[in-house]
Amino acid sequence: MQTNIQRIDQANRLKKRRTTWLAWLMLLPSMIILAVFTLYPIGESVYMSLFKNNMSTFVTGPVWVGLQNYVNLFTRDAVFKKAFYNNLIIAAVTIPSSVTLAVAMALFTNKVGRGKSFVRVAYFYPALLPMVAVANIWLFIYTPMYGLLGYIAPTWRLLENVDTVQWALIIMLVWKQAGYVMIFYISGLQGIDQEMYEAAKIDGANSVQAFWHVTWPMLKPTTIYVMIITMTNAYKMVDHLYIMTKGGPDNASNMLLFYVYQKAFDQSNVGVASAVTVVLIVILLLATVVQFYTQDKRTFYA
Amino acid sequence: MKTKTASSRRWKLSPPMLVVYVVMFLTAIVFLIPLVWMVRTAFIPSEHTTNLLAIDWPTLDNFTRVWQAAPWSTYYINTFIIVGGVLAMQFFTVVLAGYAFARLDFHLKNTLFILFLLQIMIAADVLILPNYKTISALGLSNTLLGAMLPFFASAMGTFLIRQTIKTIPYELEEAAKIDGCSLPRLLLQIYVPLLVPALIAHGTIAASYQWNNFLWNLIVINSVANRPLTVGLAIFAMSYETGAQWSDVSAATFLVAAPLLTLFFVFQKRFVHSFAHSGIK
Repeated sequence: MQTNIQRIDQANRLKKRRTTWLAWLMLLPSMIILAVFTLYPIGESVYMSLFKNNMSTFVTGPVWVGLQNYVNLFTRDAVFKKAFYNNLIIAAVTIPSSVTLAVAMALFTNKVGRGKSFVRVAYFYPALLPMVAVANIWLFIYTPMYGLLGYIAPTWRLLENVDTVQWALIIMLVWKQAGYVMIFYISGLQGIDQEMYEAAKIDGANSVQAFWHVTWPMLKPTTIYVMIITMTNAYKMVDHLYIMTKGGPDNASNMLLFYVYQKAFDQSNVGVASAVTVVLIVILLLATVVQFYTQDKRTFYA
Repeated sequence: MKTKTASSRRWKLSPPMLVVYVVMFLTAIVFLIPLVWMVRTAFIPSEHTTNLLAIDWPTLDNFTRVWQAAPWSTYYINTFIIVGGVLAMQFFTVVLAGYAFARLDFHLKNTLFILFLLQIMIAADVLILPNYKTISALGLSNTLLGAMLPFFASAMGTFLIRQTIKTIPYELEEAAKIDGCSLPRLLLQIYVPLLVPALIAHGTIAASYQWNNFLWNLIVINSVANRPLTVGLAIFAMSYETGAQWSDVSAATFLVAAPLLTLFFVFQKRFVHSFAHSGIK
């Protein structure tokens, strides 16, 4: 003899089973794509990275080498080490400078009366240019003698010098990205209750204090989100290298993802390219996971 | 009288604020220089290209030359197909998945949610090598479908739709169900009309991404007939020896960048709004 509670329980379970089928059916199209083009390639990269698979193994087929590809990358591969280091610099410089600039831009566009749409357009439009177009424009700007900068300083060869090429590209990347980041801060600012500023004013806070004690803490969820975006961008934005430097001179501007491209598609070295891909995956996962668990999870789930 | 108070208020800017205004307006002008420079080079007769101070009437000569040097109309069509195809498929997958996450209670919900998050953490951009192998294995290398396929699902879009559906009162759905409305009709006739703003927001971002996407297309596409604009532009620009023909390269760059930029200048508010909503909050 079933009690009523058991009966209701069973009915609920039956209902959940039916909704589960429906939900999975609705998720199926997305799941197939995500499984094939996000989940599987992660596993595939790990697997392929354990083999020697280049021109020399063309006849024999891939040869199992275990972790040798990784050992080689971190001990012997000077190009990898350079790209790894360059990427760190790019992240360490572009993230804080883009964020700082973006906050300033957002505060300003929020406050300025006349010329509001002018400044917003000026700050944001680089985000909508293809990286390839950006590369063409800035390559011309940096061209010695004939370029825009060449007009001011004809002898500067910023892109051909190992000491300056990174900085020349970093300026371009910040220019490209800052306005995009600004957008998130503009919407973040709109979410702040004006009464908090009134309260701060009554407490005698000046505008600098109001920023540090009201605005900046309230923008924290935005900042977490923006940190993830800019971090990913620091490792994703490599299109410009194809046009501007090919990673040179002497790999001074090479980056991990571009190195994957060179290894895989120029040199047909699938094993090493896969190992570099895995390094990239680990970096991106670590970056987001650290952000997730050290910070307020509400950014994502609320 | 009114203008007087307005202007006097403007002059009340404290000296530090005045500095901020000047610096931020200057930043805006500096930010515009690359665009102005590109447009100027594209439209000025090519003999003035390297002379910064030259002033002349704008000309379309550079464009005529560039247009004949490469099959730009093919590139445009391919980019339009990629953008349109990806958008159409994403609208389909994103509405279905977004509804499931917003309204249904099912087994493994959290696990599947994490799989979606994974796409945001590890963007397709990074997985070019294994995805190229998959596309080749499927026999889709050098096809537009191959270029589009990895982008047919969007975690960002799914979360946006999920969030938006959660703000729609559930009573609406219940009322429709009582009237005997089936699920497909419920989605199409009740939800989709209410989701239009969210779909426009997501569509703007997805379209910009696809319009500008380069490295993946460079790898997948290897014939002129299937080449999209960005790849065409890169190959066009590289075909010149260093330093030469900046007028042509600028004109080509203008051709590729102008459509999206023009849309942005016209629908500025909508663009800003769309991008602001792509933040999962």
